[in-house]
Amino acid sequence: MPFFILRRCLQAVNVLVVMSLLVFAGVYAIGSPLDLLVDPQATTEDLARAAAALGLDQPVWVQYGRFLSRALGGDLGDSFIHGSPAIGLILARLPATLELAVVAMLIAVGLGVPLGLWAGLHPDTVGGRTIMAGSIVGFSLPTFWVGLMLIMVFSVQLGWLPAGGRGPTTELFGLPLSVLSVEGWRHLILPATNLALFKLALIIRLTRSGTREALQQDYVRFARAKGLSTGRVVGVHVLKNILIPVVTVVGMEFGSLVAFSVVTESIFAWPGMGKLLLDSITQLDRPVVLAYLLLIVLLYIVINLVVDLVYALLDPRVGRGGSGR
Amino acid sequence: MSAADQAAVMRDHPLRRWIRAYADSRLALAGLGLLVLIVAAAIAAPWLAPQNPYDLMQLDMLDGRLPPGSVSGDGELRYLLGTDAQGRDMLSAILYGLRISVVVGVAATLLALLVGMTLGLVAGYFGGRFDALLMRVVDIQLAFPSILTAMILLALFGQGIDKIIIALVASQWAYYARTTRSVAMVEADKAYIEAARLLGLSTLRIVFRHLLPNCLPPLMVVAALQVAAAIALEATLSFLGLGLPVTEPSLGLLIANGFQYLYSGRYWISLFPGLALLLTLLALNLVADQLRDVLNPRLRKS
Repeated sequence: MPFFILRRCLQAVNVLVVMSLLVFAGVYAIGSPLDLLVDPQATTEDLARAAAALGLDQPVWVQYGRFLSRALGGDLGDSFIHGSPAIGLILARLPATLELAVVAMLIAVGLGVPLGLWAGLHPDTVGGRTIMAGSIVGFSLPTFWVGLMLIMVFSVQLGWLPAGGRGPTTELFGLPLSVLSVEGWRHLILPATNLALFKLALIIRLTRSGTREALQQDYVRFARAKGLSTGRVVGVHVLKNILIPVVTVVGMEFGSLVAFSVVTESIFAWPGMGKLLLDSITQLDRPVVLAYLLLIVLLYIVINLVVDLVYALLDPRVGRGGSGR
Repeated sequence: MSAADQAAVMRDHPLRRWIRAYADSRLALAGLGLLVLIVAAAIAAPWLAPQNPYDLMQLDMLDGRLPPGSVSGDGELRYLLGTDAQGRDMLSAILYGLRISVVVGVAATLLALLVGMTLGLVAGYFGGRFDALLMRVVDIQLAFPSILTAMILLALFGQGIDKIIIALVASQWAYYARTTRSVAMVEADKAYIEAARLLGLSTLRIVFRHLLPNCLPPLMVVAALQVAAAIALEATLSFLGLGLPVTEPSLGLLIANGFQYLYSGRYWISLFPGLALLLTLLALNLVADQLRDVLNPRLRKS
């Protein structure tokens, strides 16, 4: 077991190094930020001086080496546009994005598991079919368009909720949060619902097929034969067994939720790091793009690692197996 | 073999069985019908559309932002779905936009299928070091959200139809590679491949004539799902201003154009292109769903 953990951690570090190289090479090739930053009337000498100041006159591999050695010390470079450390800019916006993603995931799980369970228990009823049809529609809904429609209905037509922004936040342990005030919820609920829709459809399907499979298993039949109430059979025996895949998917999909918040944040003007990324791409603010991508990669690797380790704990065969996936 | 026997074999031809199984679900048939209609509309857009929305001679700025059902200033045209800020008929713009969205989605899917399938076949049939390396790359690629891969590539290359197709292929080939590889590995161990080897057929012939056709059914399911994903991703990227340029207005760009008018209650500029996009994705997902059930007998029993 300790050997398995060690090997997975080493793999994670490997992936991080490879990704940092790829991401750096990729981001390096995005236009020259000098054209944007320097006054168009600047002389060649001015340009050279600006390039030297930003370290852009060095060969790529020197830039990467510098970047890597500084990155190990937690410094991912200064933003070309804002002049402050890129990692600081991103970390300042991280709580807003994480809060949005966590609330969206809670909505998806909180609605998806009961609906999927119901659809799995009653597959041939009107309700079960409606839930399944709804989940197909949910898969097909373009997230960004749903965002616009939510604004149109709830902000423009009905005037119930604000169309964008985060509104006032309440501090908790130094973190600015929206979930602690009514006004915060009013700003949060539309973007969170928007972000949750796709995952909701996914969790409904997963829960439904898991339920249908579990119902055919011997342990469920035995539990029924023993005369246990339906509530107990479903609540304990079925639910326990479908929760394992659901928890896995929640873990794996959380990273993609953070990535897709780029779209939701730009529609609802939510001040998170996705909006920062989009702005930085259009402004060729290389260090911020780089820092964002590395942070996402790190998030992915940590999530994958945790999911794998939890799996190894739940299923002893994984840790001992030769392939070690 | 008598004629009756042959007829019996024909009746049980896999293709017929599949068609019968597909027709089991009326919802799936409706999805297929809708898909055919949408593709036909996309192909016939120049003949169906009441006006050419990108011929400036046909546009009248005075007809700008008219609600659905309005009649044009010169009384010649009825704007069934309203007009945008430039006085462009939304119905025509949607038909033309659908055309671009479908072309980009299908082209990207076919290319990604070609790349992923070839790599997956080679990895699955030969195994070894290439297989190990390819699967590492696939793992890394699939762990990374497709929208980020595509965003970074588009930021690199700039806008354009060819560039967005490259970005979509780059973010989707891995799905095909992984599926093909896993199926090819199972198929490569079967007796018919061994028989083909014993017959002394060339490797190229074995892989493409015998192995490939047997790997196709699961790939068709993945492809149907991925066309929908490609069209949705292109629309999202174009909406964010990273995908297609303004000169190639796909559905995503049309929706983006209407965003600013939403706040003043001019809903139709964003609503209708979005509905067209939704119907396209819905039709594709319905077809893919049924294909998965039909082509995967193990799943059908449960």
